[in-house]
Amino acid sequence: MTSPAPATAPPLGAVPPLDLAGALGESGVDELLATLDAELVGLVPVKTRIREIAALLLVEKLRTQVGLSAGPPSLHMSFTGNPGTGKTTVALRMAAILHRLGYVRKGHLVAVTRDDLVGQFIGHTAPRTKEVIKRAMGGVLFIDEAYFLYRPENERDYGQEAIEILLQVMENQRDDLVVILAGYRDRMERFFQSNPGMSSRVAHHVDFPDYDPAELSAIADLMLDGMQYRLSDQARVALVEYIERRRQRPSFANARSIRNALDRARLRHANRLFATPGEVLSRDDLMTIEAADIRASRVFDDPDPEPDA
Amino acid sequence: MRITQGTFSFLPDLTDDQIRSQIEHCLENGWAVSIEHTDDPHPRNTYWEMFGNPMFDLRDAAGVMVEVDAARTTFPSHYIKVNAFDATRGVESLRLSFIVNRPDPEPGFGLVRQEAEGRSIRYTVHAYAADRPEGERYP
Repeated sequence: MTSPAPATAPPLGAVPPLDLAGALGESGVDELLATLDAELVGLVPVKTRIREIAALLLVEKLRTQVGLSAGPPSLHMSFTGNPGTGKTTVALRMAAILHRLGYVRKGHLVAVTRDDLVGQFIGHTAPRTKEVIKRAMGGVLFIDEAYFLYRPENERDYGQEAIEILLQVMENQRDDLVVILAGYRDRMERFFQSNPGMSSRVAHHVDFPDYDPAELSAIADLMLDGMQYRLSDQARVALVEYIERRRQRPSFANARSIRNALDRARLRHANRLFATPGEVLSRDDLMTIEAADIRASRVFDDPDPEPDA
Repeated sequence: MRITQGTFSFLPDLTDDQIRSQIEHCLENGWAVSIEHTDDPHPRNTYWEMFGNPMFDLRDAAGVMVEVDAARTTFPSHYIKVNAFDATRGVESLRLSFIVNRPDPEPGFGLVRQEAEGRSIRYTVHAYAADRPEGERYP
């Protein structure tokens, strides 16, 4: 440390040698990024952005060590993407990563929607929004479906008031909390267009791409692993086919659809075991999902535009 | 005369950083922090006015400090205290309470004597500030 806030950079040569690799190891960010890679399938642009943010914060840390200061960077983010692309999951991880890097003090995540921020009558909104903000301080405030905050069709809507308060806090208390706005791509774009103040205060716009079929089966494997189930060989074939068909449906919600499908497969698995009484069940029977459990899905009865199968 | 009520009141006034770490300690213990203010500092005036609702589920002292600052700008010449309520079954009372703001001149208390039956005399204390109407007690 040379001085707390020097106006000019300290003279060259006075700086002790810096060890970026050492700082990286010390912060433990590497492990965090590794688990991110292992536990989140796909999402390449998201991971790249997280890596970039981690690098920025580490370098910023080193810079303060030698007395260079640029002030804390603004880390408010917007996550856009289709349903089930992992926005909430990544936000949770983000809180942990920012905590590990020392950017937020506590590293908890407060997830809210319009209901938690906007009040029902005049004078109700401000205290409500402020209370939520106070709860989120020291951590990350995650506003799901943030575009609902702004309702252009009703000019007396209280959402605007919540937005004003948020903007003020995002500007003045940047080191106390990080705000992450999430929502579907097109509607978030419209939201930012009608709230230029919000758009300019959000430094990172991260787009969550849809998963391709291979990634979806990898996700299914991860989920089954976590639930301690396994697929038989035929079931695996059936699942690939299922994903293919499910993707064509209008209500397809990426990883969320996969999770629901697996939950229903578990249901059928349990029922199948129940339907054959008197049989001695092995540990394997309790774990293995057969093709029949997956093929019983309504997705396989042809062209039936049922919303969910 | 300096009012000595609550924790730390015999110490010099706490700095904002010290207040922040005290609040941090309260939050770590899971106590609900609230802010109260009054312009009548009589020792028997136990219930001061609440400044906003008690704050539950906070994780970081920054949230309380925002309210402390708001209370100070609203009532710059009132006594303001921070309370920490422990809701644990069997405790259910304040664990910590300390003054974070006081008016600049503190006039203090006078001793009042009252002639009673016979030759007995009753004594009581009376805040000089309370002679003036509520809201105008401190310049």
